[in-house]
Amino acid sequence: MRSNIHVKDKVAIVGAGITLFRRRLLETPRELAWEAAKMALDNAGLTLKDIDCVVIGTAPDAFDGIHLNGEYLADGSGGFSKPTVRVYVGGGTGVMVPIAAWWHVASGHCKTVLAVAEEKMSPAHPHPQGVFAYIWDPILERPLGPNLIWIFAMEMRRYMHKCDAKKEDIALVSVKNKRNALDNPVAQAAANITVEDVLSSELLVWPVNRLDISPVSDGAAALVLASENMARRVTDSPVWVEGIGFTLDNTHWYNRELGFPRYVNYAARLAYKMAGIERPWKEIDVAEPYDPFDYKELHHIEGLMLARPCEAPRLLKEGWFNRSGELPTSPSGGLLGVGNPIAAAGLMKVAELFWQLRYEAGARQVKKPVHRGVAQAWGDLMQAGTVIVLGN
Amino acid sequence: MTKKYPGTYLKRDEMYSLPGLVRYKPTAKYSFSAGIAQTKFLEGLKKGKIIGVKCPSCGRVYVPPRAFCEYCHVPMNEYVELPGTGEIHTAVISYISTFRQRMDKPEIVGVVKLDAPGYTKESYEFAGLFHRFCGITEEDVISGKAIGMRVKPRWKPENERTGSVTDIECFEPVES
Repeated sequence: MRSNIHVKDKVAIVGAGITLFRRRLLETPRELAWEAAKMALDNAGLTLKDIDCVVIGTAPDAFDGIHLNGEYLADGSGGFSKPTVRVYVGGGTGVMVPIAAWWHVASGHCKTVLAVAEEKMSPAHPHPQGVFAYIWDPILERPLGPNLIWIFAMEMRRYMHKCDAKKEDIALVSVKNKRNALDNPVAQAAANITVEDVLSSELLVWPVNRLDISPVSDGAAALVLASENMARRVTDSPVWVEGIGFTLDNTHWYNRELGFPRYVNYAARLAYKMAGIERPWKEIDVAEPYDPFDYKELHHIEGLMLARPCEAPRLLKEGWFNRSGELPTSPSGGLLGVGNPIAAAGLMKVAELFWQLRYEAGARQVKKPVHRGVAQAWGDLMQAGTVIVLGN
Repeated sequence: MTKKYPGTYLKRDEMYSLPGLVRYKPTAKYSFSAGIAQTKFLEGLKKGKIIGVKCPSCGRVYVPPRAFCEYCHVPMNEYVELPGTGEIHTAVISYISTFRQRMDKPEIVGVVKLDAPGYTKESYEFAGLFHRFCGITEEDVISGKAIGMRVKPRWKPENERTGSVTDIECFEPVES
């Protein structure tokens, strides 16, 4: 910890758990939360008795169809008779969960935190996309009948224009991530596909085709975080939280340059500063940028300063971001390959870094030696950036 | 990684034949007030004008107007009329509706960067609106010709305006 931020305790991740990610799961939201929480505790060699505090993450209540979803999930997440809080920043929630868990421990308030993220999108009918209708501004946006994909298409179109990137350059992200997911036992959308498959899939909102987008999913993930003393007691290989950052822009997404994600860049700068990282493109060994859409991975790689603005498509084509490349991105398979149960998908990315930094990722382990990784999520109306830097 | 992961996958038909499956449709209804600043904007639209608001501290002109400057955190009361012209920042072609039904006729939508004082050409932020476009083709969007194109609002006839963002039918190229 090289920043001037005052902390009482260093914070480590000592265990992780995850359920299958699937289009529909039989289990209820709290059953999924319980499965992931139990697996994370078992992995850390702890029981619920050892946990001081609980942090829960779940995205809009409207997906699960239950308001107070955090409270509904609390017992499944182990939050029974303990200090328990739910955090929420839309799609950014999954990375906000370990960030909030970090401050619980860093402040000295708790020695151990169970961090659980869950999402069940399958209840929403006829299609969960309809639920997104209610995130738009009721006065200025809803009268125009928007679909959520519009906003992504607009951002992607702007990025393509600004960076002179082609649809086929961007489709390579989907190809890479779905291929990476073939080695992920919980993955929902793993596949060996080609750029041509992406370009010829159903056209929804030009320039977005169906295979440019991650699927709709149910699933849960969990981590156990602990203070330095506690972490050293329970494991020989703690993974340290070296930096965190989170920022929020306003809801006026049509009042800013859509080609570069300022909301991610500011959060990244905060996290790197805390971790003492000055040249992220050299000092980060593995990254899990948020990829609900394929262009978003490139956009976020640039926001995270892992490539210069507009440089990511070329590096991608050269194999820079492959698992065997210089800076592997989304070795898990990402949201495009593993699935997108919103909050759980973000936490899955942090769990993947935990496995990578412990050399426990099996067939997914990246080729190069790894010391430091960054995971990131983004949320709301092109607004929220959440970033976490981990090290071993 | 040979262990078994929890979670029981259901096929579509399996879900619909689950015992005790509950179907529920919420019937919540809302009425939204537009507030102080946006009401001025909507009143302007009814008169065929695009109204912004100027920050007394940094000089940015905001469209849509807000009651306070988010940078300077001061109140804003100086409403100004803008010419309404601008350029297309981004444009896309939608083939699906809000609830993902295929549309009979695709719609071109995007962001207009309006001509407004208080910004430089390089500014990250700008005065702008999300709206529909007309008079440009799908080919213009795909080729990139549409981006940067000069546009102006096409107003609904005065007697049909209601003080809604849809009082502007769409933004269309200036030369047409």
